[in-house]
Amino acid sequence: MSDIVAEQVAEATPTQPWLRPQSAIRRDIATFVGLAVLAYGIVLFTGFARVDGWLIVFFCLSFGLIFRRARMMSQKDRRNALVQVVIVAAAVVAFLPWMSILASVAAKGVTALRPNFFFRDMRTTTPDDELTLGGAAHALLGTFTMVIIATIITLPLGILSGVYVTEIRGRLTKLVRFVVQSMSGVPSIVAGLFIYTTYVNATNTFSALAGSLALGVLMLPTVARTSEEVLKLVPEDIRGASYALGSRQWRTILYVVLPTVRSGLTTAAILGVARVIGETAPLLLTSLSNTSFVFNPVKGPMASMPMYVFGLLQIGTEYAIARAWAGSLVLLLIVFALFVVARKLGGKDRR
Amino acid sequence: MTTTIEEPVQFAGLETAGAHAWFGNHHALAGVSLKFPARSVTGLIGPSGCGKSTYLRLLNRMHEFIPGAAMAGEVRLHGNDIYAQGVDAASIRLKVGMVFQKPNPFPAMTIAENVLSGLKLAHLKIENPDDILERCLTQAGLWKEVKDRLGNAGGSLSGGQQQRLCIARSLAVEPEVLLMDEPCSALDPGSTLRIEETIKDLAQRITIVIVTHNMQQASRVSDYCAFFLTDGGPGYLVEADVTRKMFTSPKDERTADYVQGKFG
Repeated sequence: MSDIVAEQVAEATPTQPWLRPQSAIRRDIATFVGLAVLAYGIVLFTGFARVDGWLIVFFCLSFGLIFRRARMMSQKDRRNALVQVVIVAAAVVAFLPWMSILASVAAKGVTALRPNFFFRDMRTTTPDDELTLGGAAHALLGTFTMVIIATIITLPLGILSGVYVTEIRGRLTKLVRFVVQSMSGVPSIVAGLFIYTTYVNATNTFSALAGSLALGVLMLPTVARTSEEVLKLVPEDIRGASYALGSRQWRTILYVVLPTVRSGLTTAAILGVARVIGETAPLLLTSLSNTSFVFNPVKGPMASMPMYVFGLLQIGTEYAIARAWAGSLVLLLIVFALFVVARKLGGKDRR
Repeated sequence: MTTTIEEPVQFAGLETAGAHAWFGNHHALAGVSLKFPARSVTGLIGPSGCGKSTYLRLLNRMHEFIPGAAMAGEVRLHGNDIYAQGVDAASIRLKVGMVFQKPNPFPAMTIAENVLSGLKLAHLKIENPDDILERCLTQAGLWKEVKDRLGNAGGSLSGGQQQRLCIARSLAVEPEVLLMDEPCSALDPGSTLRIEETIKDLAQRITIVIVTHNMQQASRVSDYCAFFLTDGGPGYLVEADVTRKMFTSPKDERTADYVQGKFG
């Protein structure tokens, strides 16, 4: 070969020399553990007040070490490291309140979380009875029912409005988009009041269906907006290919465009559900609450998780509040699970 | 510039020894050892997917930005391995610049700010901005066209002009080596020709490594050529030599097939 080429090397093992070497990372961890132990020892011998004292000593020692390390870096590296630390600290501070909420709800709610919580209603128990009696099964069923009905009503409407705005693009497009955006700002109590003055007064009864309608008012803008965003992401050439094959518009939408964004639309539905599942104000005026299982969605008030929690908190005795915390915990976990599912599905659109 | 076979080649100080690259578990490039001659254009040629661009990104430590990337071997600049512990990657990239396939001027900056952006981002002192602007834009062959509208947005130029702006931007930090990853593949033939002229001019001052899958471009522009190939596994270096010899009397039969257009 010529002089610009040397012997080629066929085999080698992959490395990542740009990352911090394992030895340095292990040394850092060992250093901090050592510092923690040292701080503990100092607190023991000098009698600083318990946890706070330990934290203060630990932080002082850590800062000393970090300062020494920072002085060894170059000016540019130091600035880079400082900015990184500030960003991470800001993220932690932003994250802390949410972790704190989760921790307190979990701690307080777990005492009332017995098996009977999920299977019994409150028909024969007063909120003051022991926590092994009664439960929130009627509220879980109520929430489940109302959310399903609301989804059945809102999901097609939301998707269709998204389709109208992105595919059909008729003369009302700007109006529809504006209305959807404004609706997303409607206060939840106003939604409840609207359904109260129309549907509840007309049918002369509180009902789960009224509750679903009120929830639907709040859910529709979320579903419509997310559907629109997801449909906008479909590249134009997919529609072009369908039309070039001689397809009509509605077939293109139904068989080509919508299947392309199927997981995105599922995400839209799940996000809509997560938005309304904990709403209390609209249910105050439409479905009220109940102490027993109700199976008729069009007649008579039905219990729901948010109203369950609300009612028990108003009663205010020790066991009642314990049940309310348990209800809050279950609600939080359901919303959390919904978002996890939405995230998993959201990444899977085939474009 | 051409080199006769007898003249000893002066090297730019950039070389690789057994350079491998992986993307996760996929072995993309198998041990390439190559030395780059100073003030010349070395073309990396070969069919798509044989690791040319990956090899290029190893040379200025851009490979590591890809999640799951790994490498082996040494890449030496003036005798020092740029992947050694404690080496500042940012300062390497000041000496080894890169121009990308799709022109990417910063949209939020004017033409003048674009050219000087490298100096600003590296926090280097700008002694006389007007001199730098004129020098870099002239070297990139763009000065006459934009000297009256330096305050216009970076994105207001045509594709070929944008690519020349990117070249000017790379030159402002005074690199020793300029890596070009298929710089003309997104451009029309007219702009391509202008940029090839620019490359030949630049090669009188700095070392250029250009990846191209256009053989005719390689034969027009490069002084040396390195031919990469893959058999379905990692890409590897088949042959590297003075361009004239590669195209008229290559040593390897596969090289001969490729340059005659029998595949790729």
